Amino acid sequence: MSTPILELSGISKTFGAVRALSEVDFHVGAGEVVALLGDNGAGKSTLVKVISGAHPADSGGVMTWDGTPVTIGTPADAQRLGIATIYQDLALCDNLDIVGNLFLGNERLHFPGTLDEVEMERRAVELLDSLSVSIPSLRVPVAALSGGQRQIIAIARSLLGQPRVVMLDEPTAALGVAQTAQVLDLIERLRDQGLGVVLISHNMADVRAVADRAMVLRLGRDAGDFPIAETSYEEIVAAITGASDNPVSRRSTRTGSSATATKDKE
Amino acid sequence: MSQQTHATEDAEVNGENTGARRDPRLLATVASPSGWLEAVKRSLKGGELGPAPVIVGLILIGIVFQSMNDRFLSPQNLSNLTVQIAAVGLMTTGVIMVLLLGEIDLSIGSVAGLSAGVLAVLAVRHGVSEWIAIGVAVGIGLLVGLLHGFIFAKMGVPAFVVTLAGLLGWQGLHLNLMGSDGSINTSATGPIAMLTQTYFVPVVGWFLVAVALIVYLVSVLLVERRRRQADLPYKPLVEVLFRAFLLALPLMGGVWILNQYKGVPLAFLIFVGFVVILDLVLRKTRYGRMVYAVGGNSEAARRAGIRVDFVRITVFGIASMLAAIGGVMFVSRNFAASVSTGGGEELMMAIAAAVIGGTSLFGGRGNAYSALLGGLVLGAITSGLLLLQMDTSVRFMITAAVLLIAVILDAISRRGRKTHARGGG
Repeated sequence: MSTPILELSGISKTFGAVRALSEVDFHVGAGEVVALLGDNGAGKSTLVKVISGAHPADSGGVMTWDGTPVTIGTPADAQRLGIATIYQDLALCDNLDIVGNLFLGNERLHFPGTLDEVEMERRAVELLDSLSVSIPSLRVPVAALSGGQRQIIAIARSLLGQPRVVMLDEPTAALGVAQTAQVLDLIERLRDQGLGVVLISHNMADVRAVADRAMVLRLGRDAGDFPIAETSYEEIVAAITGASDNPVSRRSTRTGSSATATKDKE
Repeated sequence: MSQQTHATEDAEVNGENTGARRDPRLLATVASPSGWLEAVKRSLKGGELGPAPVIVGLILIGIVFQSMNDRFLSPQNLSNLTVQIAAVGLMTTGVIMVLLLGEIDLSIGSVAGLSAGVLAVLAVRHGVSEWIAIGVAVGIGLLVGLLHGFIFAKMGVPAFVVTLAGLLGWQGLHLNLMGSDGSINTSATGPIAMLTQTYFVPVVGWFLVAVALIVYLVSVLLVERRRRQADLPYKPLVEVLFRAFLLALPLMGGVWILNQYKGVPLAFLIFVGFVVILDLVLRKTRYGRMVYAVGGNSEAARRAGIRVDFVRITVFGIASMLAAIGGVMFVSRNFAASVSTGGGEELMMAIAAAVIGGTSLFGGRGNAYSALLGGLVLGAITSGLLLLQMDTSVRFMITAAVLLIAVILDAISRRGRKTHARGGG
């Protein structure tokens, strides 16, 4: 495997008396989907915030980008490096149309300082085409879109900054079956375009569907880094809960490991 | 999927689904007149009423008052009406900016009064040149608004409270400035008076209409040509011409009627000019996009790198500046500034006009033209009831009813948008 784009080692983060992350290692390479797993409070969001610059890490850890050490102190630092983060609440303006949202804060202008709507719409069509996303009209207020379409617009917007690493926080949490499939398709397309994707999800089915690796956090510590293809559902759950004796594996032994059989189908 | 079929409605309102790129899920094409009618019908059902209810309301008001008094639609009455609505209309234009942010400005009446007081005190008591006095009055309005915006945006005090304090405080300063004089009369011939006493000869009105229509047609045709070249959906020529015709109708009709009296009044032209400028700023510039974004979702705007505080402070500044210009217009029309200027119904009428014109109180939805339409509705009611020699009491009750109807229509159409998955707000 080639050198990772982003590599963190020994990253810690404390909030007052609470150590949210301690000595965590993490890396993501080009064309790779890494799932970040862990129970509530395990430190997933903290890690994402450290990487996105929202909460700078404590001193002591090392972060490298393409092999060179960097520090990420602000969201702007992260953006400049090429890290895009899409949070769960998407941050779209419902009253603006798709083109307006895609280019919000980054509008294209013509000469006297007026908005170049034609150019923006053309580039929006290009961008959405490259992601094989089809939306009937780009001039619809975002409020009119389905949850999956909104998620796709939020992801597409982050791509305008030409990032190399995209972090998605629970992208499928509120979506139906078909919409989840759309978003997972999009994640695969990002991977095929050579981007590194960090996926935070509670949904193991999604993780198994698209992720190459699963990095598990437990109580702010590394709890393992598993290649998805060679790891069973139970092993990952065991790492998340910190015990091989957990409700999921108890259930699968009771039901004669039929759950394992279905879940492991790739 | 329902949202997709309804998503198409908007596309058809904008007429953007003809041309090279068509998604098979789009329902109808607007290339043919029947397809266009279909689209309009569907969009009305989907809760996208646009300016239709206000225009219907204006026509109804016209018919009712004309049948009760045949002087209502006379050129003289209509000409006076356009001058009368200019001052409050300018205040409305400013308050629309604030409403688009989802906030409210209760101080505009007091700011208009303060501006009137400053103008009269400087021009009459201190003998300052009237042009300079106008400049100072408007400048003070701007500073007052920036102060409101600063306290609201930087200190986190709700705009309602900041401007409520402004309502009281600036009225106090206004009274203080006027001192023992109940009112100060200004010159009847100076630049201040000219603002509402000037009428343009007929040819000027026609010239302005011609320029407006040509600029509109050329700019739309250029954009549509670029859209076609960029392989985007574009409007067919027939539709562009039809829209230009719809625009030409009120423009030419208005100028024709105003020309039968004294010509197009400068005061009305100033009002319409500010409405047009504001509309262009809101729709065509990055600043306008920021205003809509902050009004729609300020957190999203902040994350997109928009300086939310800057937008808020400047919007309040612009709103108070326009209120101050309204104050200048009050002085011009009455040849005097009095202790009661801007202290009465002006605030309520300005906000009511914005809402009647179709600007939402919930932020993010509305446009500059609602100042013109709402102002015309309220002005027509006032003028009609004056002709019928009705009391102010009746006018207030009728205005209240119209305001309620407008808000109810807004609420219903918002519900329509929600059930059609078009978002509320």
